[in-house]
Order: sequence, then structure tokens, then C-alpha cells
Amino acid sequence: MFPKRGRKTAKRDPLDSFVDAAAHALDLKIEPTWKGAIKTNLEVTLALAALCADFPLPDDAEPAPVFSA
Amino acid sequence: MDTSWAHASEIAAAVSDGRTSATAVVGGALARIAKHDRALNAFTAVTEERALAKAAAIDAERARGRRLGVLAGVPFAVKNLFDVAGLPTLAGSKINRDRAPVARDATVIARLEAHGAVLVGALNMGEYAYDFTGENVHDGASRNPHDVSRMTGGSSGGSGGAVAGGLVPIALGSDTNGSIRVPASLCGIFGLKPTYGRLSRAHTFPFVASLDHVGPLARSTRDLALAYDAMQGHDDDDPVCAQRPVEAAAPLLARGSEGLRIAIAGGYFRAGASAQAQTALARVAAALGVTNEIELPEAKRARAAAYVITASEGGALHLGRLRTRGRDFDPAVRDRLIAGAMIPAAHVAKAQKFRRWYREQVLALFGHVDAVLAPATPCTAPAIGQRTFVLDGVELPVRANLGIYTQPISFIGLPVVAVPVPLQPLPIGVQIIAAPWCEDVALRIAHALEQAGIVAAARPSLEGGK
Repeated sequence: MFPKRGRKTAKRDPLDSFVDAAAHALDLKIEPTWKGAIKTNLEVTLALAALCADFPLPDDAEPAPVFSA
Repeated sequence: MDTSWAHASEIAAAVSDGRTSATAVVGGALARIAKHDRALNAFTAVTEERALAKAAAIDAERARGRRLGVLAGVPFAVKNLFDVAGLPTLAGSKINRDRAPVARDATVIARLEAHGAVLVGALNMGEYAYDFTGENVHDGASRNPHDVSRMTGGSSGGSGGAVAGGLVPIALGSDTNGSIRVPASLCGIFGLKPTYGRLSRAHTFPFVASLDHVGPLARSTRDLALAYDAMQGHDDDDPVCAQRPVEAAAPLLARGSEGLRIAIAGGYFRAGASAQAQTALARVAAALGVTNEIELPEAKRARAAAYVITASEGGALHLGRLRTRGRDFDPAVRDRLIAGAMIPAAHVAKAQKFRRWYREQVLALFGHVDAVLAPATPCTAPAIGQRTFVLDGVELPVRANLGIYTQPISFIGLPVVAVPVPLQPLPIGVQIIAAPWCEDVALRIAHALEQAGIVAAARPSLEGGK
């Protein structure tokens, strides 16, 4: 069912859509009451991840974990 | 002989020279557990039969004239993520209760027992070690012996409570982001997080493979060193365990801090620290004559990267259980793990690249200093159930932020001794951070502070007496 022409619909937070899509991709069944806390945790983690993502490193920087055969 | 607050070194000496027996010491520990654990909630299993049999075997060895180990008759207990033969390895979870009892002990338990120590039980912990509080929805919160309405800190909460409460002189914990150092700080005891790869993690339940460490908690630096030395050595069962010889620290303690170059961590490690954390750090620094500060570059980013890697690896580890048994998790843990599983891989890869860069910067600092001092926790023990606290004017969740000063250190695997400053009414810890494989340096400084009376495990007054 589509919204009637001219009526404004509330814009969905893209992170809500991401949580739904990621849960689908990971085959995780998330109960509705869990979603708020999952989204909050994801927001915090993504904000912290952005701190690292912004940090300039050369392309040839080695990641820390090294597998030794 | 009253061994209710004795150090492990004193117990082993007394058992070895016949002033007491292992059976009497272990019986005393079992009696204290029976008397006080209802209040402390540190133990999830007591291995009484096994402990008494082991104690009797030690006494029989002595009767035959055999020389006993350096931990002869010393009772100890382990966070319940260590495999204990005959028990399912809970790792603080409800889900793992369905697992079969394991057939063998974790490597480090076997090594402690080979030196005469006696396992008396398994200890409460935050679910799957994703915790800094010591709370557990399945087993109840472990309680701080200095004030049972307060947190022990986690995730090795039962380990902190059992040692600080005098139930055992030594406990083992694990530390991924601070889970030995945080309870050591809040419970007012000593904790050692060794260099990443120093001690075997074989036959323990993992959390974040690239960050997991195991180590001892105790009421003296000598006990820490004795337990640490007994557990050292390569183990083929842990692919991360280093190929290094045993480098005993206990014989080096008496060298003290003379000649060591020590600095205080500034910048990030100053921001957010409570008055108590600052007082404790100032006391330790003053006793060592340390005034110079150094900056661990990008420590805030290091903490962020550790957070991201932890969430991602933790989420990946538990994905199968999250799919099938989501309702059986502690909701506070489950929701963080699910969020962690959803983090884009690009962020995790960048965090691992940053980790290498940060490691190189911090290791360069150790060309100029031998050890760095920093707070262990931003504050003394919060109340059980407290959800938020204010750090540097910002209200933040307690569960995720008690480890803000420990995370940037374990992130690159540095060895740390957390030392207790006995403030009133609650103790708080200071981290002594050394270069990789230099546990002895941190232990020597801790021992010097202990000898000077600056750091000590204060005895709590538990209801019902000793």
C-alpha cells in the first residue's frame, strides 16, 4: 500500500533500514523489542569506527594480526 | 596458623615446613567460601572433593619427605571460562550450561597445580566476558567485599571478589580490554595482565582472539609473580602462545624500581579521571619520584579501534548462538554482540591497520622510558545496577566505559600490573605499564610501592568476621 499523493510520510532513519538489512544478510531474527538497543550500540560503534576511518594511513600499512604458517 | 588473610607465599612456606597442612589450609578456604560467598556471590562452583583430595596428596608427599612446590597447599579459583575437568565451561552464560562437562583442565590450571596449588572452584563473571561491571543476569552480580552494594568490576568479577574478600589468595581471570585490571582496581587488589601471547589460553572459552589474555589476581606482588612464573612456558595447544623460555619474575622483585625510567601517561589518560583516580595516581607517582609526563599518541583512537575489533570479533564468535538462542543471552550482551556482527568489514580492517601504527608509536616511547603510570579505572566502584556515570562532564554507560584507560594498553598487548591504592571508603587501582615481555619491570615497581606502604590490599570487614 502506497501513501496517498501529497501526504507527507515520516522519513525512516537509514540506520533502521541498515539494521533490518544486516539482520537479513546475517540470517538473524531480531525481535522488535531488541532493535532500539541494537541500533544504539551500532551508532556508538560506528561513531568510534569513524575515528579510526578518518586517520590517514598509507596503503601499504600492515594490519596487526599476522598469520604465521 | 590462621591463613584466612595469608599470602600464597606464606601459606606455601608454612605447608612446606610443616607449620600447617595443605588439608587445613584448603579446609579453611572451603569454610570461608561456605560462610561468605552468599554475600559476595563470587563462586559458581566449589570443587570441594577434588580440592580435599589434592590437599591430602600434597600432605602425603611431605610425609614421604618430598620437596613441595612453591605454591604448596595454596587454594586458588578460576573465572568460569577456564576449563575445569568435570564441569561445563560456562563463560558466564546460560547457553553454555547445556555443554557437557569437560574432560581436562585449562593448561594454566594444570601448571599451577603442578607447583602445588589447589583448585577450589570456578568463579562468577560477566556473560561471555563482554563486561566491565561484574554483573550477570543468570548468576547474579558478584559483589565488592568493601561494600557489597557495589560492583566488583568485570568481567573477572568473581575473581576480584574472591581474592579481595579473603576466600582465596590467588584467582585467575582473563583480560581482553581490562577484565583483570578493572576488578583489581575496584576490589583493591593486585592484577597482572601479561604480554599478549605470554601465557597459554588453551582450554579457555575465548572472546576476542586477537586481544584475549589470561593472568592472576592476588593480594601481593610476590603472589602475582609466583603464580605468573608457575604458568609461564610455551603451549602447543595455544597457537598464539609465544615460543619463549620461562623468564621468572619473582627472583627479580627485590631489585625494586632503582634505575628504572618511569613516566606518567598524560593527555587522554588525564581526561575523565575522578578525584580519587587522580589522587591514587599522584600518590604512586610521588612515591616513585616521577614528575614527567608522556603522551601515548592517539590513545583515544586506540580505544576506539579496540572497541570496534572487540565488537566485530565478539559478534562473529557468537553469531550462531545469536541466530538460534538470542533470548538466552543477557540482553545487554546480546544487543552489543548483534550490533558488533553488523559492523562493516572495512571499519574492522582499518582498525587493525591503525593497531599496527599505534603499536609502533608506543613501542618507540619505550626507548625513553621503562614504564608508564596511568589510572586503572576512572572512578571507584559504582553501585550495582548503576547504568551511567559522568566522565569529563559527559554522561556515559558504565558497562562500556569502565575500561577507557585499560583498553588502549591491552590493544597492543603490553604487560600491566594494576596496583591497589587503599583510599577510603573505597580502593582504586593504578596501572604500571611496561614494554612487551618486561612483566618483571612492572612487578618490580609494584613490589617497591608495596614495600613502601603506598599500595596494599586492604582487608574488608565482612559481616560475620573472618
